[in-house]
Amino acid sequence: MRGQKQRKQFGKFLVNLTLLFIIIIWTVPTLGIFVSSFRNRTKIDTTGWWAVLPHREWQAVSELDPKSLGLDPDGIMEIEGISGTFDEFRAGVETPDGKRLTWLGNKRLGRIEVQEQVWAVDWDFSLDNYRQVLGGQDFEFKRPDGTVEVVPGDNMINAFLNSLAVAIPSTVIPILIAAFAAYAFAWMKFPGRRTLFIMVVALLVVPLQIALVPILRDYKALNLNGTFLAIWLAHTGFGLALATYLLYNYISQLPRDILESAFIDGASHFTVFTQLVMPLSLPALASFAIFQFLWVWNDYLVALIFLGGNPEFELVTQRMAAIVGARGQDWHLLTAGAFVSMLLPLIVFFSLQRFFVRGLLAGSVKG
Amino acid sequence: MNLPSNEVRRQTSSGGILNKIGHVFLAVVIPLVSFFILYLGFLFLRDSKASREIIVLVAIIWGVGGVGLLYWVFNWLVEKLPDPWKGRLLPFVFVGPAVAILSWYLAVPTLRTFYISLFDRNGPPADLNFIQQLLSGSFVGPANYIAVFTEDLMLQAFRNNLMWIVFGSTFSVIFGLLIAVLADRSSFEKLAKSLIFLPMAISFVGASIIWNFIYEYRPAGETQIGLLNSIITSMGGAPQAWPQWVAVAPWNNLFLIVIVVWLQAGFAMVLFSAALKGIPEEMLEAGRIDGANEFQIFFRIMLPSIQGTLISVWTTIVIFTLKIFDVVWVMTGGQFGTHVIATQFYRQTFTNRNSGFGSAIAIILLVAVIPVMFYNLKQFREQEAF
Repeated sequence: MRGQKQRKQFGKFLVNLTLLFIIIIWTVPTLGIFVSSFRNRTKIDTTGWWAVLPHREWQAVSELDPKSLGLDPDGIMEIEGISGTFDEFRAGVETPDGKRLTWLGNKRLGRIEVQEQVWAVDWDFSLDNYRQVLGGQDFEFKRPDGTVEVVPGDNMINAFLNSLAVAIPSTVIPILIAAFAAYAFAWMKFPGRRTLFIMVVALLVVPLQIALVPILRDYKALNLNGTFLAIWLAHTGFGLALATYLLYNYISQLPRDILESAFIDGASHFTVFTQLVMPLSLPALASFAIFQFLWVWNDYLVALIFLGGNPEFELVTQRMAAIVGARGQDWHLLTAGAFVSMLLPLIVFFSLQRFFVRGLLAGSVKG
Repeated sequence: MNLPSNEVRRQTSSGGILNKIGHVFLAVVIPLVSFFILYLGFLFLRDSKASREIIVLVAIIWGVGGVGLLYWVFNWLVEKLPDPWKGRLLPFVFVGPAVAILSWYLAVPTLRTFYISLFDRNGPPADLNFIQQLLSGSFVGPANYIAVFTEDLMLQAFRNNLMWIVFGSTFSVIFGLLIAVLADRSSFEKLAKSLIFLPMAISFVGASIIWNFIYEYRPAGETQIGLLNSIITSMGGAPQAWPQWVAVAPWNNLFLIVIVVWLQAGFAMVLFSAALKGIPEEMLEAGRIDGANEFQIFFRIMLPSIQGTLISVWTTIVIFTLKIFDVVWVMTGGQFGTHVIATQFYRQTFTNRNSGFGSAIAIILLVAVIPVMFYNLKQFREQEAF
């Protein structure tokens, strides 16, 4: 018995260890840019972000003057029992007792630094990157050698507001329209009910690429291109089939007697829908809302096509993709910007995770 | 709440002709005023130079409130009608907008896209009628489809998409299942699931930035700030710009596929985890008493019981990878041999402005998605998950 218990404990330990390993792999990518977004611009560019972890680093402890030691940089030099050429000392020569000798400067006016390895952490965090990526002005940036460089920032705050103006209506509108339709499919009798519902389900399969060219032509004809209305309607159109289907599944399962007693009391369909069905369907509405919100907020293709021409209306995803394209090495902007763009989805996600999982289990998968 | 309709009946029965006119007047004026307000809102949003915050606020109120207002107005109008008409029209007030939008945005475009795909790069000439269009020189018949299946870049895109489907879905399913099984037995299930799940909230563009940072390349000899190259160089290897590494093509696609596995494993995990928890404990216990080890229990009991979920997760990710666009577009733009069907669609339609070719690609994409999606829907229906 005891052996079995031990084996069980060992098994659990192994499970925990493997899982921990996977979690670390899954988390490190996000952690990397999160940490970097608080690091100084030059630091991001010259050291890996893992320098924030304790690591061994060379630090100067004393300096030697080559002249007073009587060294000739053109030949073989001997310093503290170590000999080498100028180029070797330039790159740094390690002594047997763990020190490193490095020649700094040129041959004539150089000095030799004696360095020792010490434990170090690179904890110089600030919100500067966020200020730069949000604020939109140019920033004066002091290089380590003292020179000043002007670095253009980015105007993410504008894109953030635009994304809000796109994502909130693009979430509410399809849900409202789908809920009305789902109610009608579930609780009203009308000719063509079955045919229309089959059409809704059939349209689940249509990828949105199909619609882009014709809709873009319509928008051009209607002069709608580059407006909020255009993109709300597009997201409504592309999300509606799934929303109607999912809400129908839920609304048609509501207890029949509650609705019937309301009708007997003389309530109209509109009243039953707004006062009874909507509140009762709240869990389903919430889980689809989260999906649609995340989908719209994170969408890039639809925004690229229907808002593409107008920089005033750029969304966070477009802004980020534009920075990747034009200034892909500006990691101080990219890391901070990526986190700004993730902020809202992560909040929604963590605060409403329960509904999100529910929605997933119900088949919230875009066709 | 049925008060208003009672009131209407009482008033009409009293028969005042003025009353009737008043009602008709109201029935015209209220919708007109509503439409006018909505139109003003539209103009404000399109042309206003107000500060961004105000525009955003107005947009949200106008968009959300406007839709509610429209439903209210139409319902109000129909409720004013005599009973038989009311019963006939009301369902269409409810279902009409959804059907109209779905027709405009999905049903009709499918036919239109197919029609456009039969024409050359400018599509059907707009100034001709249907018959003239078909007889005009712009009509090319199946030529676009032939081109889709013969052009080099398209063939490359098909090959890459196949890699996406095979590797993307398989690895997502394997990792999702592995994590679900491990998390179920671990001491920190909730934390583990949340962390694995977290990437699902991140956009493709965000994920591309995250992984670009992992893949960041500096020439050999310089300090590598990308994690992968840093590990490689510390082990004595040569740094690479991984997704752009043409020498190993087509396998450089795998460095993009990893991103989607990273994003989708959480999705697979959640569904598998729920399915695994649905397996009755007695069944597993019975297996253990019969002397089965954990591996046998996994392969002989667990896997068969979650088969339905396994298939629907797999098909879902297949559809997802079939339509993959953002990751490739942001990471490589389709260069270095990484084009997929959706990036080709974008390139042909919007960069090359060849709408005939682009539409043909879209139709091919639809045809590829249909069988998988139907299978998927059937699975979900059978599970009756909601």
